[in-house]
Amino acid sequence: MRGNPEALAMVAPRSLSAVLELLASAPGEWTSIAGGTELMVAHAAGKLTATKLVSLWGIPDLRFIEATTAHISIGAGTTFRDLRAHTGIAAELPSLAKAASWIGSIANQSRATIGGNLVNGSPAADSSPALLVYDAEIELISVRGRRRIPYTDFHAGYKKNVMAADELLFAIHLPLRFALHRHYLRKVGTRRAMAISKVALAGTALVEDGRINEIRLAAASLAAFPKRLAQTESTLLGKMVNDESIQSARVALLAEAQPIDDIRSTAEYRRRVAANLLEEFLLGLCSEGSSK
Amino acid sequence: MSSPWPEINITVNGESHAVQAPPIKRLLDVLREDLHLTGTKEGCGEGECGSCSVRMNGELVNSCLLPVLQAEGACIQTVEGLAFNGELRPLQQAFLACGGAQCGICTPGMLMAATQLLTINPHPSLSEIREGLAGNLCRCTGFIRIFESVIAAVTSAPTTETTVHAR
Repeated sequence: MRGNPEALAMVAPRSLSAVLELLASAPGEWTSIAGGTELMVAHAAGKLTATKLVSLWGIPDLRFIEATTAHISIGAGTTFRDLRAHTGIAAELPSLAKAASWIGSIANQSRATIGGNLVNGSPAADSSPALLVYDAEIELISVRGRRRIPYTDFHAGYKKNVMAADELLFAIHLPLRFALHRHYLRKVGTRRAMAISKVALAGTALVEDGRINEIRLAAASLAAFPKRLAQTESTLLGKMVNDESIQSARVALLAEAQPIDDIRSTAEYRRRVAANLLEEFLLGLCSEGSSK
Repeated sequence: MSSPWPEINITVNGESHAVQAPPIKRLLDVLREDLHLTGTKEGCGEGECGSCSVRMNGELVNSCLLPVLQAEGACIQTVEGLAFNGELRPLQQAFLACGGAQCGICTPGMLMAATQLLTINPHPSLSEIREGLAGNLCRCTGFIRIFESVIAAVTSAPTTETTVHAR
C-alpha cells in the first residue's frame, strides 16, 4: 500500500550547516533524502520506515566536482548526470564515468546522487566497484568536525555503514594515479537501462613487461556489500598473465565470492559470470593498448 | 479552512503557482490534483517506466519520485507546455504522423524525454535516440514508431520504415 504523504515530516534547510545542526539536535531521528530515487520508491510501496526527512537536494555545498592534477573530489550531492558530463572524470577515471552513464535512466541520473548511492549501500550499487578500484576515500561531516576513511572501510554489512547518527557523507576523494593502468568495468544485467546488476566487476591493473605489478578488483552483488576481492588480487600480484595465473585467479574468485540467490539471479550464475568477467579483464591485459 | 501545509512556489509551463501540499506529496500528484494538469501520467509509480517524466530546470526527472518540496522555486515543463499558441510542436506532429502514440499513457513521457534529448542534442543518431528514451517504456508500439517519430521531427525527410530498420 502506498505511503501516506501526510504522515511524513520533511524539511529542506538551505545550508549544509543547518542540516548538520538538525542531525545533531536529534541524532537518529532524521533521515536524509537527496534525489529520492531510493526513498521515494520505498515511500510509494509503503515501506519507508523513516518518518522525518531532511532534504539535501539543492544544497550547493554538497554538489561540486573539484579537480586538481593530483585528485578529484566529488560532493556527495553530485548527480550521476553531473559525473557523466565531467571531462576530467571521463579522462582519468573512465570506469566511474561509465558506471554513471548506465545508472537507471536519464531521468534517474538527473536526480540520483553519488552520496545516495553509497549511503543506500545496495550490494549491487553501480558506482561502488569503480570507486573501490580507484582507491576512493570518503569524507564524513558533522557538527563535531570532519573525518576521512578509505571507502573500503565504509560499508559494514548489508545496507549498513560506519556513519554515526549525526554524520553526513560530505565528499568522495579520488587520487589521480591511474594514468598508466588498465581500467575494466562490466555490468551484467537484464538490459542496459534501468537494470539492477546481477553482477558487476571492476578492475585496475598496472602491467609491465607482462607482469602484474599492481591490481585492484572489486565486485557488486558478490557479497552483502560492494567489496574488493583481496584474495583474488593477491593471487595475481607479481604474476605474469598466462593461462596458469588466470586459472588460479578464477579459483580464488570462486572461493572468495559470497553471492546469494535472489529475484535477479542465482548465486551459481553470479559466481560463474564473475569468474568469466575476471578472465575477460585478464585476457585484455595481455593485449597492447587500453582495455576500457 | 486554511491548509496546514506550507506554501510551495513552483513555476509550471511559465506560470507561477503557490501550492499548499504535504512536502513529500509527489510532484506528479501536485500537477494532476492541485494544478489539474492531467497530461502527465502515472505508470509504475516507482521511477522505472518514465510515463510521468517532466522537465525541471532543464533536466528530465520522474515526477513520481519528486517530493514537491524539492521543486520549491523550480521551473517545471510538462507536456501541456510543449504546444505554442495552440500549435503542436514538430515533435508532437511527428508522433501523430508516424503512429508514435497508440494508447497514449507513455506518450507524454516520451515527448518530454525526446524534448530533453533534442534540447541538448538537436541531431541525435538512432543509438542516441534509443539511449535518450531508454527510461521510457511503451507497451503498444514496439518502440520503432516512436524512434521514427523522433527521427521525423529532426529531419525534413519523409519517414519510412527503412529509416530505422536499415540499422
